[in-house]
Amino acid sequence: MLATNYRGPYRIRASQKPDPVIEHPGDAIVRVTRACICGSDLHLYHGLVPDTRIGHTFGHEFVGIVEEVGSAVETLKVGDRVLVPFNLFCGSCFFCQRELYSNCHNTNPEATAVGGIYGYSHTTGGYDGGQAEFVRVPMADVGPYKIPEDIVDDDAVLLTDALPTGYQAAEMADIHEGDTVVVFGAGPVGIFAAKSAWLFGAGRVIVVDHVDYRLDFVRRYAQCEVINFREVGDVALHIKKMTDWLGADACIDAVGCEASGSLSQTITGRWTMLQAGAATALFWAINSVRKAGNVSIVGVYGPTFNAVPIGNALNKGITMRMNQAAVKRHVPHLIEHIRQGHLNPKEIITHRVPLEEVSDAYHIFSSKYDNCIKTVLIPPRAGAARATAGSVIH
Amino acid sequence: MENDIAQRDLAEQRRHPQHHGHVDYERQIDYDLKRHSPPREDLQRIPGWGSDLDHKNRPAIPMERTPPRFIHVTQGQPVQQAQTVEVFCSPERPGITPIFGTAQPPKWVSGAIRRLAYKLPENDLRHWLMLLAADRVNMVEGIVDDLRHGHVPNVLGEMGIRAELRHNPAGLVRKALITTAVVGGVMVLLKRRARY
Repeated sequence: MLATNYRGPYRIRASQKPDPVIEHPGDAIVRVTRACICGSDLHLYHGLVPDTRIGHTFGHEFVGIVEEVGSAVETLKVGDRVLVPFNLFCGSCFFCQRELYSNCHNTNPEATAVGGIYGYSHTTGGYDGGQAEFVRVPMADVGPYKIPEDIVDDDAVLLTDALPTGYQAAEMADIHEGDTVVVFGAGPVGIFAAKSAWLFGAGRVIVVDHVDYRLDFVRRYAQCEVINFREVGDVALHIKKMTDWLGADACIDAVGCEASGSLSQTITGRWTMLQAGAATALFWAINSVRKAGNVSIVGVYGPTFNAVPIGNALNKGITMRMNQAAVKRHVPHLIEHIRQGHLNPKEIITHRVPLEEVSDAYHIFSSKYDNCIKTVLIPPRAGAARATAGSVIH
Repeated sequence: MENDIAQRDLAEQRRHPQHHGHVDYERQIDYDLKRHSPPREDLQRIPGWGSDLDHKNRPAIPMERTPPRFIHVTQGQPVQQAQTVEVFCSPERPGITPIFGTAQPPKWVSGAIRRLAYKLPENDLRHWLMLLAADRVNMVEGIVDDLRHGHVPNVLGEMGIRAELRHNPAGLVRKALITTAVVGGVMVLLKRRARY
């Protein structure tokens, strides 16, 4: 089959690999019809995630058709159209029994600090991902969600990670009616966090980034205020001025370890890797939130340590909440929001690219060329979806 | 926004001339974060505004909820997956998990470094630093492996040079010139050193 093949930092290609096989009676094999490139895939692509092995197939946001099922699978059958949450989870461990599906203890032997994730290095379990023609989907009775007929694949593929993560970010911010919410990052997750903040009754939503085309997009898409941090001097000071010198009620970090905006964080976090990525957005979030406010983190950081003003967090009495999204917990509710017209996730897709052009698709997404917000890769055997793919190099 | 603040300050001065233009006075006695929020009727024009205000509509409240919803609940622990390749296990676990990935089993020098790394707990910084070091070694091994299989890797292609050419040709030329200058400079320096 054709699959993405990681070759080292900033190097990836599509090449032939053996088809995946059933390795456990609870497995299924899914033929992928769409797979997104996620902002967090860029951390892998840039070589920042430990134990990312050469030959790894990335991709944790994908939908497809069930091609084969293991002998113990009861709820899925060949031909089912499914969305597959990015987390692998067993449904029966201590954490899954509490609906903490992203913290499953039974799917990642390599680390206890993180659950299993498709196509996200061996630090998250060593599973090949969905940027391929086929993918092995373990615990097929537990993870995949059959896509209702009225939900199109372009919406469904965003329900595997980006939308639930943005929604959970807003939920963890514990928004009350009229609250001022600041979202750091105007990537797909930040866009969805801003959009979701209104669902929770926010009074003001402000998005901070430095990429103008993304700020323009989120201002229109999420009807929010925007700040280009390159234009305002100190971000925390600017936000204080905008909020009667108190700070925002809630701040959301939707950036993670590759933030721009602070030379010291960039040098220590991204260039020399002396800390687990540049924690600029989290630093700003802690300093921009009001006393006793909430900081919600969904941006991804490495497993070592980061320089953040934790003393300020203590002295201000901030509540900090964070987690990988427990996707399946949110999917039915988010489908209702899509049906009611509150959310229209597919509008953020800017590029539909044949899987063969994965090298260029990653480069465009990473470099923010061509007004790129969300890229969907379409494999050769995706069926009708293949006709929607357009070259990014011709 | 700056303009908005200036206009608001001016309006406040006109409303409260006794403050002698000291608008901060009013701000400091009347903190009200909500006053910048538009009225409810304006907010309600945003699709779905407030539909999840009620905590009953928030799917992750309470954070820990038992029994779990939205999944096909299986009885007992999952059946143990048969191990066919070498899989590392964190020392912070009692043993291997029932389900695990089998992609890219460890091999060569990077595999040996990773084998050592997984003898240390996640709590030990050296565990992660060794894994990062192994990744860099593995990158070189990848090139050797490509050549071993008769495949000369198209490194520039893998880095997306075609996209760079189409979307940032000026930047590509600039990068090429800088690279040429740096490589040329190093070569000149090396030649000079060899002469003396």
